[in-house]
Amino acid sequence: MAKILVITSGKGGVGKTTTSAAIGTGLALRGHKTVVVDFDVGLRNLDLIMGCERRVVYDFVNVIQGDASLSQALIKDKRLENLYVLAASQTRDKDALSTEGVGRVMDELRESFEYIICDSPAGIEKGAHLAMYFADEAIVVTNPEVSSVRDSDRMLGLLASKSRRSENGEEPIKEHLLLTRYSPDRVTKGEMLGVEDVEEILAIRLLGVIPESQSVLKASNQGIPVILDEQSDAGQAYSDAVERLLGKETPHRFLDVQKKGFLQRLFGGRE
Amino acid sequence: MNIFDFFRERKKETSASIAKERLQIIVAHERGQRSTPDYLPDLQKELVEVIRKYVNIDSDQVQVILEDQGNCSILELNVTLPDR
Repeated sequence: MAKILVITSGKGGVGKTTTSAAIGTGLALRGHKTVVVDFDVGLRNLDLIMGCERRVVYDFVNVIQGDASLSQALIKDKRLENLYVLAASQTRDKDALSTEGVGRVMDELRESFEYIICDSPAGIEKGAHLAMYFADEAIVVTNPEVSSVRDSDRMLGLLASKSRRSENGEEPIKEHLLLTRYSPDRVTKGEMLGVEDVEEILAIRLLGVIPESQSVLKASNQGIPVILDEQSDAGQAYSDAVERLLGKETPHRFLDVQKKGFLQRLFGGRE
Repeated sequence: MNIFDFFRERKKETSASIAKERLQIIVAHERGQRSTPDYLPDLQKELVEVIRKYVNIDSDQVQVILEDQGNCSILELNVTLPDR
């Protein structure tokens, strides 16, 4: 049974696309046939993060409007057998996405994929609404920062009231919290909200904590999802999150400050 | 942290704890508003119009509160009538 997963946040720039690429790749790595769909019409970027920007011929809107078939628009990942991307359109037409059209594409994707990852645009406009509308589960990407936490709470309200599941009175969308750009060091100093603080405020299940990491920019520079950088802390944290998504219990890592040596501690290391 | 920070006095309230407190208040407030149905403002407006047919009141003299009590909701209507 196919699962539709929306990656949402409300606020922009918190790591939705990075997360969509990482989680999608992680699921494919574990043998699940996965497609990542970019809902950010007008501001396509998932293709860049996944490294397939030069292979986009047809997009999501082309499929909805019947200008291309789904198999023509799906871009097969170069690295992984089970991974596909459906790019967003660069059209400026805000009404390019319709509930009916998106529903049709989702139904067709359900037939051949195990996981459908919907990369939501920022905000609460049509694109964001449609990205979450058909979802079975949601990953709410949050930074440990006031505006992001508040927006996430707002998204939780919308997930509970403005989805197909809520309208049909079905079981509600399963919500997961993914805390990104986390700096244990700053949390210790009292400069940043801690995991427990955000968990307490939002009161949803914690899927993972991704540490602030240079590897994320490095990965996006190269168009390689960060989860494929197995040496990096962020890559490992995303792998853990995928394991938890698949129902495996693994302890949360990278929550504590890396221990410094005695001399570094005495004289203060480079931050 | 280096050896000098170690002897420095620890501040009581950190900026993170201020953030948490502010968030708890605003989130609780916004959740409260979220649970009210969309029709409530219209309902209030129409109720005021009906009451106005008989008594001259201002719209702010009517308070409509919807209280959720688990398995049922209570619609509370408070009308302040003017002195005669």
